[in-house]
Amino acid sequence: MAEMVIKKKRPKNLDLPTIRLPLPGILSILHRISGISIFLLLPFLLWLLQGSLSSPEAFAVVKGILGHPLVKVVALGLVWFYMHHFCAGIRYLFLDLHKGVDLESARLSSKVVFVVSIALTLIVGAKVLW
Amino acid sequence: MVNRLLVGAHYGLKDWIIQRATAILMAVYTVLFLVVVVIVGPDSFDAWRGVFAHGFMKFATFLFFLSVFYHAWIGVRDIWMDYIKPDGLRLLLMIATVAVLVGYAGWAVQILWRM
Repeated sequence: MAEMVIKKKRPKNLDLPTIRLPLPGILSILHRISGISIFLLLPFLLWLLQGSLSSPEAFAVVKGILGHPLVKVVALGLVWFYMHHFCAGIRYLFLDLHKGVDLESARLSSKVVFVVSIALTLIVGAKVLW
Repeated sequence: MVNRLLVGAHYGLKDWIIQRATAILMAVYTVLFLVVVVIVGPDSFDAWRGVFAHGFMKFATFLFFLSVFYHAWIGVRDIWMDYIKPDGLRLLLMIATVAVLVGYAGWAVQILWRM
């Protein structure tokens, strides 16, 4: 019985450019993109932490790398990815508890996630990077 | 008679819970870390090193790293399962993911306890 239900043919639309993704959908795919990006950058981040903690000279090198304007822009993007993953993740925890699952709340909470994560990114950027 | 298409004994429940448990640990550490940075304002090498010299901070940071690595394993594995269809390639990517994450865990120990 279960097999029949799972194998039932369902209509499928995967024409990505014509799909207008709603805000919770954009939040969702960004959650995935930010996650895989942080995963791919882990060795670089560990390397930076190692350098910053190993010696005053290496600390200065790390500070120099983070002082480069191009690196600052990438770092700000990474901070946004982290904050987005953080905020969207908390939203998912609430959804797991069946809080805010109706359409209106889900749309509102997505907006809150974007506003809060971008605000946190700007604060970190202003305090740490610039 | 049980006749399910899904394979494995736990049907992913264990991973589902670990993904969320590690998320909460990481979220708490993130807040803790930001508070410490705001209070200490570590702009010199000695101040920055001082943050991680404390035993509790080493423990918390190590727990954070382990959470990141386990959480990353579940998330990245989901991505491979969603997009990589050939079994051999998928298995290869999963093994590579575990390999690098286990290596990172060893590296994190080295960073925190040999600094």
